[in-house]
Amino acid sequence: MYRYDEFDERFVRDRVAQFSDQVARRLDGSLTEDEFKPLRLKNGVYLQLHAYMLRIAVPYGTLSSKQMRQLALIGERFDRGYGHFTTRQNLQFNWPKLRDVPEILGLLADVEMHCIQTSGNCIRNVTADHFAGVAQDEIEDPRPVCELIRQWSTAHPEFSYLPRKFKIAATGAQHDRAVTKAHDIGLRIVRHPDSGEIGYEISVGGGLGRTPMIGKVVRDFLPKPDLLAYLEAIMRVYNQEGRRDNKYKARVKILVHEIGTEEFRSRVEAEFATLDGPSVNADPEELARIEAYFAPPAYETLPRESAALAAARASNPAFDRWAGTNLTPHRADGYSAVTISLKPIGLAPGDATSEQMRVIADLAERYSFDELRVTHAQNIVLPHVRQDDLHAIWEALVPAGLATANSGLITDIIACPGLDYCALATARSIPIAQAIQQRFEDAERQTEIGELNIKISGCINACGHHHVGHIGILGLEKRGIESYQITLGGDATENAAVGEILGPGLPAEEVPGAIEAIVGVYEAERNDGERFIETVKRVGLSPFKAAFKELSHAAD
Amino acid sequence: MLLIDREGSATEAWTRADGAAIGNLSHALVGWDALPEALDQKSSDQKIGVLVPNSLPSEALKPFFDQLALVAIGFPAFADGRGFSLAKVLRREGFRGTLRASGPLIPDQFDYAIACGFDEIELPEASASRQSALQWQQARGRLSRTYQRGYTRDGNILDRRRLARAAANSPAG
Repeated sequence: MYRYDEFDERFVRDRVAQFSDQVARRLDGSLTEDEFKPLRLKNGVYLQLHAYMLRIAVPYGTLSSKQMRQLALIGERFDRGYGHFTTRQNLQFNWPKLRDVPEILGLLADVEMHCIQTSGNCIRNVTADHFAGVAQDEIEDPRPVCELIRQWSTAHPEFSYLPRKFKIAATGAQHDRAVTKAHDIGLRIVRHPDSGEIGYEISVGGGLGRTPMIGKVVRDFLPKPDLLAYLEAIMRVYNQEGRRDNKYKARVKILVHEIGTEEFRSRVEAEFATLDGPSVNADPEELARIEAYFAPPAYETLPRESAALAAARASNPAFDRWAGTNLTPHRADGYSAVTISLKPIGLAPGDATSEQMRVIADLAERYSFDELRVTHAQNIVLPHVRQDDLHAIWEALVPAGLATANSGLITDIIACPGLDYCALATARSIPIAQAIQQRFEDAERQTEIGELNIKISGCINACGHHHVGHIGILGLEKRGIESYQITLGGDATENAAVGEILGPGLPAEEVPGAIEAIVGVYEAERNDGERFIETVKRVGLSPFKAAFKELSHAAD
Repeated sequence: MLLIDREGSATEAWTRADGAAIGNLSHALVGWDALPEALDQKSSDQKIGVLVPNSLPSEALKPFFDQLALVAIGFPAFADGRGFSLAKVLRREGFRGTLRASGPLIPDQFDYAIACGFDEIELPEASASRQSALQWQQARGRLSRTYQRGYTRDGNILDRRRLARAAANSPAG
């Protein structure tokens, strides 16, 4: 994985000193609260419902064991002994004191980490496929280009006061695990159909929030060396033309929607044409320098299938179930990627205690070339594990409460922090997730239902990605009472789609029953081997709406 | 009002004209609407500057570049970053005169403004009363090196790495 050179190291240290000075100028009154706010946000410090929240960047979701241990230490020393992994592959601490923030930033800098641009109206932390460098369907590892973009977008002199936040996601695979079409810019590494050259497909204007939109392709093929100049052109058009009169219409998706994809594209291309590429772009040698850090680890030559794994699965049903759900095929023979679920039944999705973080760090060090990934589904991945070691890993995960066998299943729910923590939330999210998990706790039942993504947001800002959940749940507040709106048919993959509303909002206690009814329709309608989302796409919404209507009538 | 440039607090040489009435002001700053009329009256030893909104397209200003000694770009609020892009584009299009950012910027934006091509900042009194010229000077160079190429800043990190590569690849001696 990437290591800081002297410049990166100096930069994060400078940034900590700069923030300390900004805090001092706020305290002595030189800066007003309005002036200080974007400065603290760009250093990851939010003011939440009960306390400050600190959001730590995990660039493109990659962490080392040492970094994970440092997060454990910070959680223990400055929070309540746990942290929360987010849908943008970051980590949030919900209870730090403002006065401790500079010290925390210093501890992060010690392990080549920071909170830079995890909030504010700027280019945010770049996210990527959590199976980057592992997946069998990958053209190229997207993380080097993510790191290039991370550096380029950091403290950008021109693009640090944008109309609104700006999120970039990248994938190098056919199957989109990074939800690229729901980002302001989605970058796909593609191979040119004629020349075979590797370049980028660029989409702009995706986003969730109160106006969900799927990104539009503005460039089918961008040669790799032109990337930064092209991004500069997009950002300049957005910075100058994006709406600033209404914060709810200020994302680039609204600009693209209002002027049209064609017009947006022509403005970007016109701007791009005036740029002197060589004075803007990174040298190919610079990308190559970064790429060298992401070279595959030294895999052993192993048989494709592990006899030890087969024997352990045959003799231990619980291990077998876990191995059946939480493993992903690896490009190296005899290896697997392991998803460690942070969704045990009845606990807050994405939370990990400091003790769990240390267990995970130790396993990564011992079994996974010292490397970890944070997924946008709020789980952790050990990316390069010998299949021979899987049983030992599982045995270490079980006592730590980390062996839940539900990756991709109905209880692997994405949920934002919701009204329990967030100042923007209009309803609770975590208790809804917990109630659904309890309803579908039975492991056999979960396996029978198969792949099903439930995503829950506690307000229309959609941090829980409910629009692209197979089943989406949006918590709203109506006349002082929480009301949950259920959508169906959302898809976060390369077939990205926004879910449609099934019917009127439900009170919290009726949500698990409604999910049960939806699952019931699927079980009745599905063909052999058909996944939930495939059935929904085939049969359409009507049977689900009918069941939903019946349910609402029953409740009246 | 406080005027700040790279050297610290600076002396204001410009006088805001009333509409296009530039009289015999040696440095007359006029609004965008009054610019053509002011230029018609300009005598050979007079200098003209213009205050433009940050939403002005650069093409509108380009025909006047040779006749303008100063362009002041209005920042209605410090969080409205359009002026940074307009400055960058005006420099690219060839404006060589003084570029001024006019509005309630904060010291933490000083380096960004210079990098985008500004020469000076004109702060309203309400900001200047809280933020001394010294604070503005101290905010310069807080981030000793940054990553972006193509901006007015010495020794960005990408160029430094390029130099280091070249040195490593050159024959010894």
